[in-house]
Order: sequence, then C-alpha cells, then structure tokens
Amino acid sequence: MAAMFIRVDIADSVQDDPAVCQQLVEVCPVDIFELDDGGRVRTVEDNLDECTLCDLCIDATQPGQIDVVKLYRE
Amino acid sequence: MRFYEYEAKQVLAGYGVALPQREFATTADAAAEATSKLGGPVVIKSQVLSGGRMKAGGVKFADTPEEARDHAAAILELTINGLEPAGVLVEEKRSVEQEYYAAVTYDGRAKRPLIIFSDMGGIDIEEVAEQYPDHLSRTHFSASRPFSDFTAKVAVASVGVTGRDLNQLTRIVAGLARLFLERDMTLAEINPIGKLDDGSIIALDCHLDMESEARNTHRALLQEIGVPDDDNRQARPPTQFEIDAANVDAADTRGVAGNLTQFDGNLGLIIGAGGGSLTLFDAVRAAGGSPANYCEIGGNPSVSKAAALTKLICEQPQVEKIAVMMNVVSNTRVDIVARGVIKGCIEAGFDPAEKIAIFRIPGSWEEEGFALLEKYGVEYVDRSVSMHEAAERAVAKMGA
Repeated sequence: MAAMFIRVDIADSVQDDPAVCQQLVEVCPVDIFELDDGGRVRTVEDNLDECTLCDLCIDATQPGQIDVVKLYRE
Repeated sequence: MRFYEYEAKQVLAGYGVALPQREFATTADAAAEATSKLGGPVVIKSQVLSGGRMKAGGVKFADTPEEARDHAAAILELTINGLEPAGVLVEEKRSVEQEYYAAVTYDGRAKRPLIIFSDMGGIDIEEVAEQYPDHLSRTHFSASRPFSDFTAKVAVASVGVTGRDLNQLTRIVAGLARLFLERDMTLAEINPIGKLDDGSIIALDCHLDMESEARNTHRALLQEIGVPDDDNRQARPPTQFEIDAANVDAADTRGVAGNLTQFDGNLGLIIGAGGGSLTLFDAVRAAGGSPANYCEIGGNPSVSKAAALTKLICEQPQVEKIAVMMNVVSNTRVDIVARGVIKGCIEAGFDPAEKIAIFRIPGSWEEEGFALLEKYGVEYVDRSVSMHEAAERAVAKMGA
C-alpha cells in the first residue's frame, strides 16, 4: 500500500555527495532511505509511514535538501 | 497458568501442608492398583482444569479396587466443560468433622496480597461472604517483606478459631501464603481444609494458578511436577483470530500489538497502556458493551504492526466497530498508533470515520495524532474524557 501519511522529498543536490547519500541510509531509524545500484539515494515506499519525525535526515543534510511532508497536514 | 489438583498438591506438600495419601493414575487399572496400595475407601477425582467436577460426575467414591476401576474408567471418559481429564487422582477417603476455606490472591484495589479465610469451607466462598460475613476474614500482607506466621494467625483467629485448631490452621495458611509469594501465584486456594475425626487438619482440595510469565523462573518446579514445556494450560485451544494476532505480534519486535483473547461480542478493542487494557475492557462491559476481543497494545509498536492488528480485528465478521483506547501514554506515540489504526481500517476496506467508534489515546505526540485523526474524520477525545466515559461513548455508537 502506498504511503498515506508521510512523503519525503530529496533534493537533486543530495545525489552529488555519495557520503551524504550513505549517511541518510545510516541515520534513519526506520529505513526510509536506500541506495540504488548507481549509488543514488531514494525512499522506500513501504517504510515512509513509519517515519518518526526525528529529523535526523534533515540534520544530516544541508538546509532544504530533505523535506519531510506530513500529508495529513496538507 | 492453572495446575491440576494432583500437581497443586505436590507443590503444596513442599510447604509443609498435610495432605491425604494419594496416587495419580491415567488408566482404570492403575486407579485400581492405587486403591489397593492406599488400602481403604478412596475418592476418585477427575483431573481436569475446570470447576464443577462433583456436579458433572467427575468425583466418585469407591470402597474396593474393583469399584475404583469402574469409576475411574467412567471418569476418564467424561468430558467436563469441554475438557478431557489428564487422569484421575485416587485419594484416601477421610472422615471430616469440619471444613475450612483458605485462599491467597492479589487485591487489586489495595495493591497487596490478601488472605481470605473462613470456617465455612466446602461451599461457594462468595456465598459465605454475602450471607455469613462474620465467618470470613480478609487479611492483607506485604508482597515485599518476608511473610510472618503471625499474619496467618490473625487471619484464622479473626473468625473465632482457637486452641489446637488455630495452631494447625496457622501453619497451613502460612504455607499457602509463602507458596503464593515464592511461586508467583495469582491464586492459591484450599477448599476445603478438613478437620478429621482425630483432630488433625489437612488440605482436601487445592487450586493453584501461577502467573504465566513466571514459567521460566519456576522451570525447575514445573519439571519436578512433570509439566511439559509445551503445555500452555489454556482453558481452550486458541482460535484462529488469536493465533493470527500472536503472529502479528511476533512478526515485528517493535512494541506490543497482540496478546489477544477472542470474545463473542461485536465491539473490537485496541486497548492498552499501564494496565489500561483490563480497565478499558471492564469499562466497555460496565457500559453495556460486548467486546469482540481483549488485546494489549503499547511499547510503541510500528505503524505497520498497529495496522496489521487493526486490519485483523476489523476483518472479523462479528466486529461492527472498533474502539481504540489507552491510558495516558508516555513511551507509545499517539500519532504512530493513529496512523496504524487508520491504515489498518483502510486496508481492511473500511472508512476509519465509520469503523472507529472512538479514539482515546492521550499522551506523547497527541497534537500530531489528533491532526491526523481529524483529517480522516475519526472521533477522538483527549485526557479530559475518562476511560470509562470514552467506553460509554463507544458503546453508545454500536447499532446507531
């Protein structure tokens, strides 16, 4: 089932830094991020609704690179 | 976890309580042999995890081994309240002059263990409490300090027992209380305790219920009395609903969402937090509601785990609506549970606004949770509405 409550937008600029991509995978406590075969970071649809709003992904990136959207607030 | 009488008596014997001579038998021939060995009239008792054995024909008296064989054969075939016996207890028949009652259990309101003692044993203790309150004593004691025989003496003396009887009964009640504390019992009951014609006092029947979660702690005792590791002592086999809920809980280690017991009502319950499950279950019943299940949710389960449990409950054909209610939560997040139950409803094909009669989980992240519930049109209440009032509101919506 598609995520109902949370969407995570990743800015294109994140993909320029493989270390940041890797860090996103590591910091998320509920495995929302994964790397594709090309080393680009992407979200895991099944895990998005598990987001605990901890902001660790936001802290791991430059301001504006990650946006956690609460769909129920829109 | 309930013990058969023959097992309970083995445990009780370890606490210095006098008991009749007895043998456990699983065949009619073994019962006859036991009768020969005991050498006199015996009572043959069905070993079944249910009350009402006497009325059901599960207790019979025999004077000879042949008679014992016939009775045992009949009792071994007898199903009582849907349960088959594990065997029969063959016990020497004793002539009883007077019967007493003793039990130790927890008093939830006082939050302390309680000794209940009466000089009117052998009958329903609730009846004694109602009709002959002077013949019943209630004595609380500490669960954290060593048990003192003096407390047992107070319990027995409170109904007017004196002299040699007082001393003998004090030893029995003290043994029962120590057994209760040391073996993590939820109930330890002897009914009746019998005073024999020679003046000695012995335990004639015994009922022990141990906290299920204490099984590991008391593994040595269970092995000693022959309880297999896989013997879960449930009163009935688990239903598919209960098995599925256990699987939901086991599939994800995050938090708790399971421990479900099925009932025959129509209001599905997703309940928990700090003992809240029992309170909320009782509150629903007190409001005239009929729960479809008991369950426990807490410890911050994942959204998917809460959703899976919700979906399972919603999919039960008897469930018309669900009520999601907890005590005030601290380590469980309101918004995470809210996401889970909404998702579970939708996955089961229902509109959360229709299916969820009430959502009452106040506590951490409640503002986020309430925003989410509002978005999906689910009625929610905060901590200003008591658990009982929330239960009443849920019940009022049934059939509406």
